Amino acid sequence: MKPAWSVIFLTTLCGMAQGLMLALVGADAFGAALEPAAARRFFGGGALLCVALAGLGLFASFFHLGRPERFWRSAAMWRTSWLSREVIAVPAFIATAAWYAWAHHSGQAYATAVGFLCVACALALWVCTAMIYACLRFIREWASPFTLANFVLLGCASGFTAASAWAAWMAPHWVPAYLLAAYAALAAGLAVRLLMLRRNVRLRPGSTLQSALGVRNPKIAQKSMGAMGGTFNTREFFHGRSAAVIRCVRWVFLLLLFPGSALLLALGQLRTSGALLAAALAVQYLGLLAERWFFFAQANHPQNLYYQVIS
Amino acid sequence: MTQLALVIDLNVCVGCHACVTSCKQWNTSGSAGPLEDANPYGASPSGTFFNRVQTFEVGEFPLTETLHFPKSCLHCEDPPCVPVCPTGASYKRKEDGIVLVDYDKCIGCKYCSWACPYGARELDEGRKVMTKCTLCVDRIHNHALPENERKPACVMACPTNARLFGDVHDEDSEVSQAIRERGGYTLMPEWGTRPANHYLPRRLASLIDEAKL
Repeated sequence: MKPAWSVIFLTTLCGMAQGLMLALVGADAFGAALEPAAARRFFGGGALLCVALAGLGLFASFFHLGRPERFWRSAAMWRTSWLSREVIAVPAFIATAAWYAWAHHSGQAYATAVGFLCVACALALWVCTAMIYACLRFIREWASPFTLANFVLLGCASGFTAASAWAAWMAPHWVPAYLLAAYAALAAGLAVRLLMLRRNVRLRPGSTLQSALGVRNPKIAQKSMGAMGGTFNTREFFHGRSAAVIRCVRWVFLLLLFPGSALLLALGQLRTSGALLAAALAVQYLGLLAERWFFFAQANHPQNLYYQVIS
Repeated sequence: MTQLALVIDLNVCVGCHACVTSCKQWNTSGSAGPLEDANPYGASPSGTFFNRVQTFEVGEFPLTETLHFPKSCLHCEDPPCVPVCPTGASYKRKEDGIVLVDYDKCIGCKYCSWACPYGARELDEGRKVMTKCTLCVDRIHNHALPENERKPACVMACPTNARLFGDVHDEDSEVSQAIRERGGYTLMPEWGTRPANHYLPRRLASLIDEAKL
């Protein structure tokens, strides 16, 4: 598939916002109580960060639409479409995150309860986002539980990393706990991503040229795709990059996302430097962009069987 | 329930692309607006087509055959493109089984094209909505046309009668008889989409009794 930057930004930015919200509500519910003024700044400000990140992701998603002015129609088919469910879950997450920020800012006693509601929205959003891809059973690289695990774990990793950088500035005594959570999410994310890579390399295509044409002969060669110029089918379903570029992107994301950011996080922890933690987040996000690009590029759509040779 | 469909005879398709051009002509001239034709006289023309004819070589020289393979939307009985549509723009008509796109509801998210294993849908770059074969729904139910012209444009245009059109749920229809008697098959049956369009397989030339020709 051709990686779409709008969707790459949507899934990575929303994932980070969801992970950050998990980190905030975790500390809010189970951590030591903060001074009211500090809690207002840390939780209220952190939740506003979630709103901003998810809002940016939502804004990016509009660039994926041919007719963005009709976006409101896309919530209609929530009974059958995971995309429609995502369209409902994203604003629900943003709205509850904004409510959580306001509840903390105005010192409401029920703020933590709103936080749990927001976490429920975040979890629902992860399921919706991952299922958009995992439900397409004939794109076999996506149709597995690994897709959901990958989205959740990498979202948590980037969210917890963001939380550690935020805490270094606003509530330093929570930095070690957040870093521990970030290391754990990164380790689990790496394990899942490696298993996913191994699975996808070993996949056998579900369809063949024989089943696509209904011809049993094992020797079939395309001579013409019926169009000399490009078509939607040649643009949308092929990444158009060489195998070397794909391999390179895979190494870039494996190195930046996991050891690269973990190393900077450890350095930041050793030197108690918030700037290094922020640098770790930036490096990790670059790795995350490469990871999501690779996720799309690696998917092999069966329609490509019909588009192998121009003429 | 009626299920209209095309049945394509791969024995007689000569790859002339008359079905492609007649489809484009009819569907670019209707009330839904013209189909995109970007850079038509340039080095890299690109346009929207509902139907394409592709050519394959089957076998190993000298025992090879040229296979011309027309393909458009297969109007699946269980279309994977319909439930994924977030707006309800993609739908399957109960009365005749045609899968259609409501261009006024489509937001151009392209998700339905990802969900179609056959690559039957194309985003029109001009109108920025998803388009696909309509089985010429504005011809086949058009009472302003003589009854013998109420067929898809591609069927009308085919010079070798390689394209049959009818109700595959009616056992006595021409298409059902052709499927039954000549081993009609569907594409990528492994995904359980149950395409309505069928293909009639090539018969081996060596098995044809030359005395009867």
